[in-house]
Formats: sequence, C-alpha cells, structure tokens
Amino acid sequence: MLRIEKLTKRFGANVAVDAADLTVDKPCMIGIIGRSGAGKSTVLRMINRLADATEGKILFEGRDVTNLTGSAKRAWQAECAMIFQQFNLVPRMDVVSNVLHGTLNKRSTFATMFNLYPTEDIHRAIEILDRLGIAEHAPKRAEALSGGQQQRVAIARALMQDPRIILADEPIASLDPMNAQTVMEALRRIHEEDGRTVICNLHTLDTARRYCDRVIGMRAGRIVFDGLPEQLTTAMAREIYGADASFSEAATSTELETLARSEAAAAMIREAEASA
Amino acid sequence: MADISSAGTGIGPIQTSYMAMVQRKRLYSGLTLLIFILLMVVGFNTAASRNGGSFWGGLPNFFDYPSEVVAEVVEKAAALPGHFVTYFPALIETINIAAVSTLVGTVFGIVLSLLGTRGLARYPRLIPLFRRITDVMRAVPEIVIALVLIFVLGGGPVPAMLAIAFHTAGAMGKLFSEVNENVDLKPVEGLRSVGATWSQQMMLGVVPQVAPNWLSYALLRFEVNIRASAILGFVGAGGIGYELKNAISWGQGRFDVAGAIFIMLFVTIVLVDQLSSHYRDLLTHGRQAKD
Repeated sequence: MLRIEKLTKRFGANVAVDAADLTVDKPCMIGIIGRSGAGKSTVLRMINRLADATEGKILFEGRDVTNLTGSAKRAWQAECAMIFQQFNLVPRMDVVSNVLHGTLNKRSTFATMFNLYPTEDIHRAIEILDRLGIAEHAPKRAEALSGGQQQRVAIARALMQDPRIILADEPIASLDPMNAQTVMEALRRIHEEDGRTVICNLHTLDTARRYCDRVIGMRAGRIVFDGLPEQLTTAMAREIYGADASFSEAATSTELETLARSEAAAAMIREAEASA
Repeated sequence: MADISSAGTGIGPIQTSYMAMVQRKRLYSGLTLLIFILLMVVGFNTAASRNGGSFWGGLPNFFDYPSEVVAEVVEKAAALPGHFVTYFPALIETINIAAVSTLVGTVFGIVLSLLGTRGLARYPRLIPLFRRITDVMRAVPEIVIALVLIFVLGGGPVPAMLAIAFHTAGAMGKLFSEVNENVDLKPVEGLRSVGATWSQQMMLGVVPQVAPNWLSYALLRFEVNIRASAILGFVGAGGIGYELKNAISWGQGRFDVAGAIFIMLFVTIVLVDQLSSHYRDLLTHGRQAKD
C-alpha cells in the first residue's frame, strides 16, 4: 500500500532523515517514536509533500508521489490528511468552516470566496463532529475551544478529506493527559471503524504501546526499530532515545494509569520508609 | 470505507440551526455584494455625467500624452545623460527634504504612538487625546501646510520639510500604534518588576520587539515622502519637482527633461526599496545569519 524507499532529507550539511525504508501492506496504526530532532516530523511532512525529499521514493499503491507537482500534488495531499501538534486551524473561523476546509481540494477558489459549500457537506461535517463528540460546538469560533477540542476539530477536518492515510505529527504533545487520551482513542477508532491507516508521531512510549499495532523507532534520522509494540523492550527504548539506565518510562508518561501506578509505588516506598 | 456512524440523536437540531446561520450569512454577503455593485454603477454614472467630456469618448485618447512623452524621450535619448548631470543636485535636494522630514516625523510618530497605545500608554486617560492629535496631523494635506508655510516663511526646502514631517508624524503615530498593539507585554512587565521608568520600559521592552516593523514602515514612508517632496516642488518648495513642473507644463520640446526626471525618481525609489529590504533583513535575522 505505502512504500518508502531510501527516503533522505538534508538541510544543508545536516541529515534530518537518512535513507529510511518502510513498507505498509495493510491498513494499520503505526507509531513513530524517537527523540526531538530524530526526523519523525520530517518523514511525515515528506509523505504529505509539505517538504520535498532530497533523495528516495514514496510510493502509494505503486504510484510514485515523490515528485508530483501542481494539482496532482494537491490531490495527493487531499488523500493523506495531516494533523499537527498545534492543531493549525484558522482560529477566527467557526468550527464547521474549519472542518469544511477538508473539502477545499474539490472546490474552486470562487466558491470558497463566497462560502458556498454544498448542504450535504455541511451536514456531513456536523456528523463527523458528532462522531468525535463535539457537535454542540459547531457554530463557535475555533479559538474559543480548548486544546483537546481543537485537536478533535483538526481530526474532523482530516476525516472530511476522506483520506486513505492520516498522518498525525505529535497530536497529543500540547494536551493534558485526559485530552490526550480522548484524542488517541478517536484516532484508534477511526482506524478500526473506517480501516484508514494512521501514522502517528509520538513522544511517549506507553502511548505507542497502548494504541499502535506497529512501532517504528528513529534515532538521528535512521530507522533503528520496526516491530510489534511487545518487542519494544526497555533496553530497546534506551537504544532509541540514546538514554542511560536512569531512563524511566513513567517519568515521561502522559497516561493516567501510569501516573497513578508510579504514585502508588511512591506511596508504598514512603510507607515502607515510615514503618522502617 | 465505512460510512459515518451517525450515532448521535441530538444532531438534527444542530444541523438545522447551523444551516440557518449559513443561510443568513449568505444572504448578508449577497446583499453586501449587491449594494457594492449598485454603488459602483450609480457612482460611476453620476461622476461620468458631471464630467466635462465623456469618459468613454476620452478613453481612446488616454495614451496620447504618455506616448508623446515617450516618443520624444526616445528621440532625444542622447541628451539624457546631460540632463541627469544637470538635475542631479535638484534630486539630492528633494531626497534631503524627504529624509529629514521622515526622520523628524518618525521620532514624533514614535512618541505619539507609544502614548496612544492601549496597555503601553503613560497616561491611559489621555489615549483619546493623542489619537485625535495624530488624526488631525494626518487629516491636513501636506500641500495645504506647505502653502501656508511658504506664505509665511517664503519659498524653499524648509517649509516643505516641516509640512511633510507634520503629516509623517501623524501617519507614523497611527501605523506604529497598530504595531505596538501586537507587542508581547511580558518583557514590559518584567522590566516594571525591577522598577524601571516608563521610558526605560518602552526603550528596552517594546522597541526591540517592534523595531523591524517600525523600520519597514518608516522606509516605506521615506519612499512616499520622496514623491511628496517632489510634488511640493510644484508649489514652489524647490527640488526636482520645480524642474519637473517647468519641463512638463511648458511642453514645447522639453519632454526629454521630464523623462530624465521620471527615470531619476524611479531609480531612486528602487534603490530605497532595495536598501530597506536589506536593512530590515539585517534587523530581523541579525548580522551573523548572513554568513
């Protein structure tokens, strides 16, 4: 379905992504983990063609999308939706308009200028918002919503594109644990119910373990791990993050349960110390 | 691809009310567009009926004058370098008027803008006063001030400089205060917390943030002022405008001089534009970014 061959991106002397290979045969949910600057975002941005590859190929169902230009490139971008860390919505427009932006590839500039979206699209946009549990915010301005709600609007915009692939670049990095969970669950549901492929950059291991079918580890632009979440041992994680033995998952976790667990552990230690 | 599972039951009313909102918005924008077109058509017809000649009748002759100028300039192309040398001092005088008036006007504009910006003003209650002052300064056309000053002080570059500086201060006060409104107040608060005076807060907390935008507006204003000071030459304020007026109005074979002056003005504007983008870059990205 999606195949990436020797994909490389250089910024001057720096190599952001170094000959990355990746094959996705069937729809699944993939998590990419790695340190900041490991090249995770650059990979997603190259797939969506927000950034151009220096070398290598991106093939989607046998079609080479690496060097598309003009309307062919925009049509491909409509097929693979992108979700951003900072939501990248238009803050001063209402929620439904932001969702309707997902159909821009099919609309002329003239129709967009006079806000002439078809009624069925507007209904569908509200249905998608309802599916994500935020339909009641439909007429509000996007900037009036909380971070978690805004990210769900961004997901709704992605769904409005009816894409084959959804690329999510750190979708929960700016959210609190509760909202992070809602957003990740929404992405998982989209994968399971619609059969869309979701590729997700994550900065916490446990999120990747919990929601993804497959985990890819990147370090300094190279793919150093590609396997099932179960294969991702603590030793492997240290390897990916280049960390020493002090590295602890719970310390960076955004999962409510993990926090509860580490707090419980801390409480137990305190008790033990007190009784000693 | 599975269809959207419309699980919600309360979604119908939301859709209906949103559609109603969309319809209302479309109605309003349709009406606005209609009124706009109507005003344009009516206004055009009114203006055309008051015209001495007919607009459509005069249109074909529109290019007669410029083409005559261009033809004459091309014909006497050999004389152009001589004209450049002759009128260069006048150009320098014009640029001088523009530069001095931009500098003086910008300094006053900065003070007025800081005093007239909500959140930054020294005397918040006087904000409306300072805003009205800039309004008045902008409302009076330069040429009116220049004519009055020429009457009082006699012809020459000084009245032109004062007239342009006055207008510039008003325009810059307005533009700068709009830039100031987007300023991040945290550094200012930080400076207030150490006991800095108002002018210290402005100088160290606000100016570094807004300097690139101020500079680019000031340089744009410099361009505008070069043109303004050329125009003021028409009413006797000296500089290249005076020469241009003579060349262009006495007609009879002096279009080559007019052409030479136009070329000099054009080159000057291009140079100012290039310089402004260069220095703005330097200010935003810092010197080390260049190498």
